[in-house]
Amino acid sequence: MAVVLILVLIVVGSVLFHVLSPWWWTPIASNWTYIDSTLVITFWITGIVFVAVVSFMAYCVFRFRHKPGSQAAYEPENRRLEWLLASGTAVGVAAMLAPGLVVWNQFITVPDDAVPVEVVSQQWLWSFRLPGADGKLGRAETRDVSPENPLGLNKNDASGLDDVIIEGGELHLPVGKPVRILLRSVDVLHDFYVPEFRAKMDMIPGMITYFWFTPTRTGSFEILCAELCGIGHAQMRGTVVVEEAADYQTWLGQQQTFTQLMASGEPRPAN
Amino acid sequence: MVEIPSGSAGAIPSAEVEDVELYHPKSWWTKYVFSQDAKIIAVQYSLTAIAIGLVALVLSWLMRLQLAFPGYFAFIDADHYYQFITMHGMIMVIYLLTALFLGGFGNYLIPLMVGARDMVFPYANMLSYWIYLLAVLILAAGFFAPGGPTGAGWTLYPPQAVLSGTPGGKDWGILLMLSSLIVFIIGFTMGGLNYVVTVLQGRARGMTLMRMPLTVWGIFTATVMALLAFPALFVACVMMLFDRLLGTSFFMPAIVEMGEQLQHGGGSPILFQHLFWFFGHPEVYIVALPAFGIVSDLISTHARKNIFGYRMMVWAIVVIGALSFIVWAHHMYVSGMNPAFGFFFATTTLIIAVPTAIKVYNWVLTLWRGDIHLTLPMLFALAFIVTFVNGGLTGLFLGNVVVDVPLSDTMFVVAHFHMVMGVAPILVIFGAICHWYPKVTGRMLNETLGQIHFWTTFLGTYAIFFPMHYLGLLGVPRRYFEMGETAFVPPSAHTLNIFITVMALIVGAAQMVFLFNLVWSLFRGREAGGNPWRATTLEWQTPQTPPAHGNWGKELPVVYRWAYDYSVPGAAEDFIPQTAPADGGITREVPA
Amino acid sequence: MSVTLIFLAVIAAIIVWWLSGQRLASKPWLETGSVQLPDHHGTDQQQPPVPAVKIGLFVFLGVVGALFSLAVSAYFMRMASTDWWGTPVPRLLWVNTAALALSSVALQWARREAGHGHMESLRPVLAAAFALALFFLVGQVQAWRELTAAGYVLADNPANSFFYMLTGLHGLHILGGLAVLAHTTVRAFASDVQPDRLRLSIDLSAIYSHFMLAVWLLLFALFAGWANDFFDLCRTLLT
Repeated sequence: MAVVLILVLIVVGSVLFHVLSPWWWTPIASNWTYIDSTLVITFWITGIVFVAVVSFMAYCVFRFRHKPGSQAAYEPENRRLEWLLASGTAVGVAAMLAPGLVVWNQFITVPDDAVPVEVVSQQWLWSFRLPGADGKLGRAETRDVSPENPLGLNKNDASGLDDVIIEGGELHLPVGKPVRILLRSVDVLHDFYVPEFRAKMDMIPGMITYFWFTPTRTGSFEILCAELCGIGHAQMRGTVVVEEAADYQTWLGQQQTFTQLMASGEPRPAN
Repeated sequence: MVEIPSGSAGAIPSAEVEDVELYHPKSWWTKYVFSQDAKIIAVQYSLTAIAIGLVALVLSWLMRLQLAFPGYFAFIDADHYYQFITMHGMIMVIYLLTALFLGGFGNYLIPLMVGARDMVFPYANMLSYWIYLLAVLILAAGFFAPGGPTGAGWTLYPPQAVLSGTPGGKDWGILLMLSSLIVFIIGFTMGGLNYVVTVLQGRARGMTLMRMPLTVWGIFTATVMALLAFPALFVACVMMLFDRLLGTSFFMPAIVEMGEQLQHGGGSPILFQHLFWFFGHPEVYIVALPAFGIVSDLISTHARKNIFGYRMMVWAIVVIGALSFIVWAHHMYVSGMNPAFGFFFATTTLIIAVPTAIKVYNWVLTLWRGDIHLTLPMLFALAFIVTFVNGGLTGLFLGNVVVDVPLSDTMFVVAHFHMVMGVAPILVIFGAICHWYPKVTGRMLNETLGQIHFWTTFLGTYAIFFPMHYLGLLGVPRRYFEMGETAFVPPSAHTLNIFITVMALIVGAAQMVFLFNLVWSLFRGREAGGNPWRATTLEWQTPQTPPAHGNWGKELPVVYRWAYDYSVPGAAEDFIPQTAPADGGITREVPA
Repeated sequence: MSVTLIFLAVIAAIIVWWLSGQRLASKPWLETGSVQLPDHHGTDQQQPPVPAVKIGLFVFLGVVGALFSLAVSAYFMRMASTDWWGTPVPRLLWVNTAALALSSVALQWARREAGHGHMESLRPVLAAAFALALFFLVGQVQAWRELTAAGYVLADNPANSFFYMLTGLHGLHILGGLAVLAHTTVRAFASDVQPDRLRLSIDLSAIYSHFMLAVWLLLFALFAGWANDFFDLCRTLLT
């Protein structure tokens, strides 16, 4: 009987924990509410299955536990029941998968008006690059990285000269404008992770990865690294500030462009 | 390389192996140390795996102490922390679970359950164990090497695995890890050939595939998968060794490390991830399928009822095995690979949920109208179902590509894989040890100690890993040495961390009870007799308990029925051994 | 990973073919009593059963096949990057290929002789097979030296790295086969030859040798660039 009781307690306890848990996702600050909805659908379906299976098991143990003289039934299989359960499962799985794939399609389809913003990672620091007046980012290479040129911009690429460079500082984004985050790493794998934005993506040295989102709420959010990148992994933090367009423009005006950075000439400390 | 067996096993079908000279060892050394008896090798494998597993258990305590009380233990710095998580993960997945299920249970159960005298290549089998031991020693040497073991995470992703920002990256750590894996794979291949060919060729007369117990099906399928998947890890390890030692650029792109340009260029870190997960995902099922098989037999035996839907169970094992080779990139949804792959891999991943769910239903339906004896093996089987269902369902979150995006690399993933491929298979291992201990030693385990261990382990692990999902949902990333001040993490999350750590310490301590029980029962346990569970399968029908070398004495068993004739209507007993010849006048009504 | 997936599809086909003969759809609980084992055990008594060690070899070849198909997959994936320069194929490789092929032919011949029970006449053939395979290995090492002397060193370029790694892996497998072949050859020259066991050994060595020859031909095609053309063709067909 203790077994039955504990199985029931596990079901009830798990459900109560889920309902009462103070640990829940952070308030969303991007357009990816669909991700949250898909997650909620998944919670419902899986929750029902969990409760059903464990409760049924508890009932079986209660009803069919060994008593003197009892004998088990003899039933090798029941094709109808098995196929029924299998198709039911398939339907449940499809109900989770279909919305998931639809949202994934949105996730990987970047809108045309998304502004490119580059995030460059190194052990253990975030840097950022915004396009200048021409709206384009210049080419950059890990090979060109040097103390004077920490992000490795190609000096011969004219479109890169007006790029705004923020090394180790805060990234500001205007609210309500879709951004295409271009991710680049100069040493090891990192992952640009802001819990409130939901989206995240690894940064791979030697290639450029991306994701997109639209910030929907102003505020200051913490950037974490979500891919193990060495002993400083946990300390690799940064800040994104989402603000109104006017504030954003003011901030943007105060930042250094690549040309200014080259002109100032003094080598910066690498870390 | 190809082993030509010295016995006559190669020339005539092994099913017909006679009681040969090999089975009568001459010295203590060849009987207990350099033994070619699969049962002794199984015990050697198991003890070695448990020993190194205990090291991994202690490492997990240290990690949990750091997470609950950051900064309190001065000797746990970031270097050590990352070394602990790396070694904990690698040991648990490969050197404990894989070795114990295939090397331990595979060796003990395959020959006995299919009615063979031994594995078909006993010499290669012995070699397999000693090479495995060598791999374990190389791995453990990492703890004593300059710079310590590698701290690259068990996934060993380059480039960081071989750079100086990672503990052991430029020292011995990563070299020892890669060498140990290569040695392990060579040793495993020798053992794996044995398991596969013994099932193919060594079955007793009458033992058709569809009469095999699901344990054998699970181990057999897992071994086939392992033989095909481990080469991926082998190739990846060799290539990374080249990169680290010889300066090649397989996985190494142009890198500026701490302000300094490295010589590498053009390599692809994602290539490594593909190779790693091509091995890594089947690996999950290499651990899970033997557990599936064993738990089916535990439930059937202790519920005194045939496993429900045996055919479906077999098909599901085969289908899961096949599908698991085309889902590997679901570990890489946010790795930066071509995002279009997400559609394919999310679909295949969720499809695999269907055969897996069928297995769960059939376990539970086996309980339905059974005669459930709540013995230790049965309790562990029930606990397995609860844990596995929980962990399997959270897998549907992570397999569904878009839901994975916010959850990947958080504590949700840690909680998920510990539930599904950490705790669940371990519970099966405990259940299996309780079930077969009487056969291995001739004595029963102590019930009271067993109950204490069971309840602490089951409820403790659930209390550790169930709440952990919610930390991940909150956004707490995995592999963090310390959270520090993070705005979105409330103080209550820290309290939860302390709770988890306390539970982890308790569960760890409970394992000592289990170990004590193993030793104590060896001397003081109740005499078991040959078939204490009144089970049908062949290993319980041996002439001696524990079985002698050669298993069956003069006469090989002949199999007349499937492995699940429990509670057959009209039969005198509630079980009929597979070796029982005719129905003996039993008429039975079988649903069409 | 397409090469690996193709390889796996072949393995899967073999497994499905084998399983299809195992009556997986039967209802075992209805079949009490003695059941004839399928295939090799029961039906065809004239045909001697396949020895376990031969099945073991086939399984092992499956593992080796997986190893090389994965390595070749990695080769193609790495080749896509811009820093790839082809490595020239030393002419010596043609000679080596011929030696390896002749070694295979010799083993096949020895197999036939053993099949006819000519236990004496197969000795020189076996020795020749061994010598040819040894020649191949020495030739491969010589090819490495030539390449290195010409400036194509290991770490310079991924194509070089792959060339050395793949030929090295293949060479190690040949070396392992040579060890077994040496054992067989010595036994063939012994006075107390056991024809059955020798026949089996030669059989296994021949199968192994043919397989490694096939692997080598594929690798050679890869290095010579023919495989790339084929790869390009596939890509154009797909896109």
